[in-house]
Amino acid sequence: MNLLQPIEESYKKDVPKFNIGDTVKVYVKVVEGDKERLQPYEGVVISRRGGSIRETFMVRKISFGVGVERIFPVHSPSIDKIEVIKRGDVRRAKLYYLRDKKGKEAKVKEKARETAAKA
Amino acid sequence: MTGIIGKKLGMTQVFTEDGKMVPVTVVEAGPCCVIQVKTPGKDGYEAVKVGFIEVRKEKNISKPDAGVFKKAGTKAFKILKEFPMSGLNVGDMIKAENFNKGDIVTVSGVSKGKGFQGVMKRHNFKGGPDSHGSMFNRAPGSIGASSFPSRVWKGIRMAGHMGSERVTVSNLTVVDVRPEQNIILIEGAVPGAANSILEILKK
Repeated sequence: MNLLQPIEESYKKDVPKFNIGDTVKVYVKVVEGDKERLQPYEGVVISRRGGSIRETFMVRKISFGVGVERIFPVHSPSIDKIEVIKRGDVRRAKLYYLRDKKGKEAKVKEKARETAAKA
Repeated sequence: MTGIIGKKLGMTQVFTEDGKMVPVTVVEAGPCCVIQVKTPGKDGYEAVKVGFIEVRKEKNISKPDAGVFKKAGTKAFKILKEFPMSGLNVGDMIKAENFNKGDIVTVSGVSKGKGFQGVMKRHNFKGGPDSHGSMFNRAPGSIGASSFPSRVWKGIRMAGHMGSERVTVSNLTVVDVRPEQNIILIEGAVPGAANSILEILKK
């Protein structure tokens, strides 16, 4: 597998560090006809899986009262950039429990240190 | 037509420019050295014999092989194969850079050995029900009629050895070429396990 590693590395992009529970804004390239525009998608990262070039992450948000989850490959060329909005304080690697929570319960606590830095 | 000998390194996934993820096989292709040029006049057909993977120790070359390489005046190679090519001379090198992104190639190799397998795996027979008292689970069923022909017809599909045979897959696309590393990325799967030897032919 070591032989394949350099090939996979060469397709990797510079992606900002983000973790499970973080609120991120993903700028997705959308092609409409012959025009390309950026579509932001903001939500909480509820899972990261896979390694190397195959790594993906799932972003959950509530859109018009409906839960929406999108899975993006971390190194996908159709992602223009990823912005980290908030650092979440979570104890789990997968936040699937958010699906069954509503309102305040469905919120992820912000990391204390980050909040202090902001204030 | 360009042919090259390669070694399958394994499979992974890469992104294309339009953002699509494609499964690829990574192949170490060449450099291959032309050992012999066959001509219609002398050999009855046109072909080129090429060698791949240099032999490091001289003691590992068999005497008949040593004669072949001595005659060609080239280094000794572990793997020799023939391709229907023309316009090359002895000593010429065929490299990965002879292939381009988007080329359509045919890849041949020896498939993974599966050992002795039953008819369900080997010939995709349907088999019988697994439960409800069925006693016809993975059996082949009837293999022919009775008093006529009083024997089993030739070519009836039965259990037996599967795999470890030459398999050719055509119409595969070259996704990327890395000439400095002698690496070609081919879309999809190719026959054989990792580290097996492949023939790659471009029309």
